[in-house]
Amino acid sequence: MSEVWSFFAEPLGYAFMQRALLGAVLIGAVCSVLSCYLVLKGWSLMGDAISHAVLPGVVLSFVLGLPLAIGAFAAGLFCAVATGYLKENSRVKEDTVMGIVFSGMFGFGLVLFSKVETDQHLNHILFGNMLGITPRDLVEVGIIAGITLLIVIAKWRDLLLYCFDPAQARAVGLPLSVIHYGLLVLLALTIVASIKAVGIILVVAMLIAPGATAYLLTNRFSRMLMIAAAVAIGSCVIGTLLSFHIDGATGPCIVLVQAFAFVLAFLFAPRHGVLAMRREQRPTA
Amino acid sequence: MSSAPVFLAGASGAEGVVASLSVRDVTVAYPSGVTALLDATFELGAGTICGLVGVNGSGKSTLFKAIMGFVTPSRGQVRICGLSVNQALKRCCVAYVPQSEEVDWNFPVLVEDVVMMGRYGHMNFLRIPTAKDKEKVTESLERVNMLRFRHHQIGELSGGQKKRVFLARALAQEAPVILLDEPFTGVDVKTETAIIELLRQLRASGHLMLVSTHNLGSVPDFCDQVVLLNRTVLASGPTATTFTPQNLERAFGGVLRSFRIEGGDLHDDHDARSVTVLTDDERPVVYYGEGGPEEEPLRRTDKGA
Repeated sequence: MSEVWSFFAEPLGYAFMQRALLGAVLIGAVCSVLSCYLVLKGWSLMGDAISHAVLPGVVLSFVLGLPLAIGAFAAGLFCAVATGYLKENSRVKEDTVMGIVFSGMFGFGLVLFSKVETDQHLNHILFGNMLGITPRDLVEVGIIAGITLLIVIAKWRDLLLYCFDPAQARAVGLPLSVIHYGLLVLLALTIVASIKAVGIILVVAMLIAPGATAYLLTNRFSRMLMIAAAVAIGSCVIGTLLSFHIDGATGPCIVLVQAFAFVLAFLFAPRHGVLAMRREQRPTA
Repeated sequence: MSSAPVFLAGASGAEGVVASLSVRDVTVAYPSGVTALLDATFELGAGTICGLVGVNGSGKSTLFKAIMGFVTPSRGQVRICGLSVNQALKRCCVAYVPQSEEVDWNFPVLVEDVVMMGRYGHMNFLRIPTAKDKEKVTESLERVNMLRFRHHQIGELSGGQKKRVFLARALAQEAPVILLDEPFTGVDVKTETAIIELLRQLRASGHLMLVSTHNLGSVPDFCDQVVLLNRTVLASGPTATTFTPQNLERAFGGVLRSFRIEGGDLHDDHDARSVTVLTDDERPVVYYGEGGPEEEPLRRTDKGA
């Protein structure tokens, strides 16, 4: 018992761990909410694309002395808009266009980084640096997470209708393009907020795993939001603590815990889990 | 149709609006260079069920997209209830019943959630349902006989039940104009009869329905108007004079299965009457008689059991 207690209590004695855990809760909450929409809309690749495309924005804003969040946000949005434009104006399919745009931007970011003198570590940008999160970073993450959560809480039904049935969204007079780009903006914001925690490469896990896990556990969207939040916040906290104890990289630890949660749901979900479906197919002898 | 235009009560958006649909010289060209629709023109008024008939790729879905504002015609215009498409949509004048293939049936929404989506246009900024919204949802589900399924996830329903849920959503929306995309595909005869009965009730209360269908045999049963489409409007007007074998041959070309059995094939006496069966692989349409262009197709007499 005392070991379980010290698993949680010991890290909390350090200020950097307190900040890391607070950051983990904020980032987990905001990612989980977005992940529900991404999973249902089939935008997983879009999440991956925007997160990679953020790199040149991060480097450029460093060069220009701007907050990293601004450059990252602009680059992420550019990726989404460029993808949309290329898709509309060529015969190439969306996933292909996306692949070209984000890998191109990621490559550009890497080249830029190698040409610029900075005190930043590429590893921290790519894989996150949760334990190095500063009070200023926390404020930044808090503002972004707050805005995103507020918008989603106010508009979750409209966003849901847009994902489920765009034609009906139009029929009840919702402005489709506002919602479409609004969702992209929220996605870009969330990615920017999460880079500190898990980095550009792994952020996609935060944006998919909680929603996917929750999707296996419920048939109602309102519950899916809550389950996803619980899964994401729980994984972020446990992953951060785990990394402290095993002295491993924090971002990958969080992602690992999330993947583990998904596997559990995949196996044991009461209705949509593999075991439950097996049981249903084979009537008890 | 003889029924006078009816002012729909209760719909905050569409209140006081008379159903009408005017498609004038509408041309839609896609960026790929394909012209999906060329100079399409027809007019429909209140209290109408209009069948939209044509082969796959004849522009039926493009026409629906133009009415829903998903594509902007490069030429011509669509007016709904006397309003532009965008104004009409903002006032919730158009309800849409999608094809089953367009819906993600694994989506985590319950039957009542889907029907509630018809009410969004009537709700406030946060879309929190009022007592009236909930009442409308219950009433609409009752009308399509799906109330006891209200807490089911949509994927748990049969083909016919799924259709009825989306019909209930259109009812809950209280829109004067309703578009139905292949409402009879994957539906049993009993449900088809029930849907047709519901459409007739809606017609009597002044609604305008545009129904795309491959089910040629039921068109004369419930459509008072027909639009025949093949990249453009080949013919439009009352079913009795428009839904003729000649027009159908034009609309479908070689795609349609057609059998014609003349009196002479069956017996030796002189007989000017003939039976013509046209089918697009769903319920066939049958003409019987002396075969003028004004021949009316046979109506179904069975009640669909």
